[in-house]
Amino acid sequence: METLSFEFPAGPPARGRAMAGCVGSGDLEVLLEPGRAGTLAIRVITSVNGSAQRWQNLFERMFREQTPPALSIDIHDFGATPGVVRLRLEQALEEVAHG
Amino acid sequence: MADTAALLRSRSFVELGARQRARALLDAGSFRELLDPFERVESPWLARQGIVPQADDGVVVAKGSLDGEPTVIAAIEGSFQGGSLGEVGGAKIAGALELAIEDNRQGIPTRAVLLLETGGVRLQEANLGLAAIAEIQAAIVELRQFQPVIGVVAGPVGCFGGMSIAAGLCSYLLATREARLGLNGPQVIEQEAGIEEYDSRDRPFIWSLTGGEQRFASGLVDAYVADDVETIAAEVRRFSRLGRPDLERSRRYAWYLERLARFDASRQANAESVRRVYQGDPT
Repeated sequence: METLSFEFPAGPPARGRAMAGCVGSGDLEVLLEPGRAGTLAIRVITSVNGSAQRWQNLFERMFREQTPPALSIDIHDFGATPGVVRLRLEQALEEVAHG
Repeated sequence: MADTAALLRSRSFVELGARQRARALLDAGSFRELLDPFERVESPWLARQGIVPQADDGVVVAKGSLDGEPTVIAAIEGSFQGGSLGEVGGAKIAGALELAIEDNRQGIPTRAVLLLETGGVRLQEANLGLAAIAEIQAAIVELRQFQPVIGVVAGPVGCFGGMSIAAGLCSYLLATREARLGLNGPQVIEQEAGIEEYDSRDRPFIWSLTGGEQRFASGLVDAYVADDVETIAAEVRRFSRLGRPDLERSRRYAWYLERLARFDASRQANAESVRRVYQGDPT
């Protein structure tokens, strides 16, 4: 198990909070809450050690396309593939944007 | 042939997560979660053992209503650590039931629904989980004197260990075909009794002895329900309206003990002989 932290530039704080997923095999739980203006802070607790670079790449790819709202994101990962991580994050981001 | 139209219409309850299950059973719009995941009351023990925790510790507790009547619902998430109950998740259920008891003492007729999807105590939290399960059991026994406590075992995990005793204490118990209910899980029995007697990989055999259909046919479950959200919601309401049973199953223990004492354990048990123990001529 490893705990990782990431920060990315962001827009104004999100208005709501949202969650998606579950700490089950091959899945993860993401919790999104409004963060400090201009900052997207992500804390990942993952069962897979040595995966920091993979998370970094995934987040960079996701947030390069469009500036995310300022959020504090908590991730509890139980061996999710990058595809599932992205799906869960997008699911929760969608909810924060329209919920 | 399968009724395709009916299949397409039905919504699986088994496939829902704990929070969706709780929401689906309560009256629309009445769901209000207590200690939601953003409160971050999670297990303090798992991370120290290198296991990723879940923000709600795998237990969703909510207040709401059933047919307008005050209801507390606790749903265990079977996908997180096999639905195991540790200190926090266990205390959430026990605390919710104790608040419902308090409600009833104040004249508020709060009933309880327990969505049981659990292998029992979380071994990583050992005694703390066991203590919480004992508190849950005590609270069920007290609450059921006021209002019904309705247990639902939907599957796919089933309900085992100390929580199978909690299931047995409920005023009413519902099970689907997917559900299994037993004190020990199949692997534990195989390890203790030997593979000749109990092969945990023989799924038809396991379900024939511990599956929802068998438990219903044996009278250990009050309703055998299809895996469908509407059906399960309707059945839970039916039992909620019935109020308390005249005599809870667990209070008929003397009758059960007498039947079990007459069972010939020297022969391999099968579905038929087990049903006879509980329903017909046990000899």
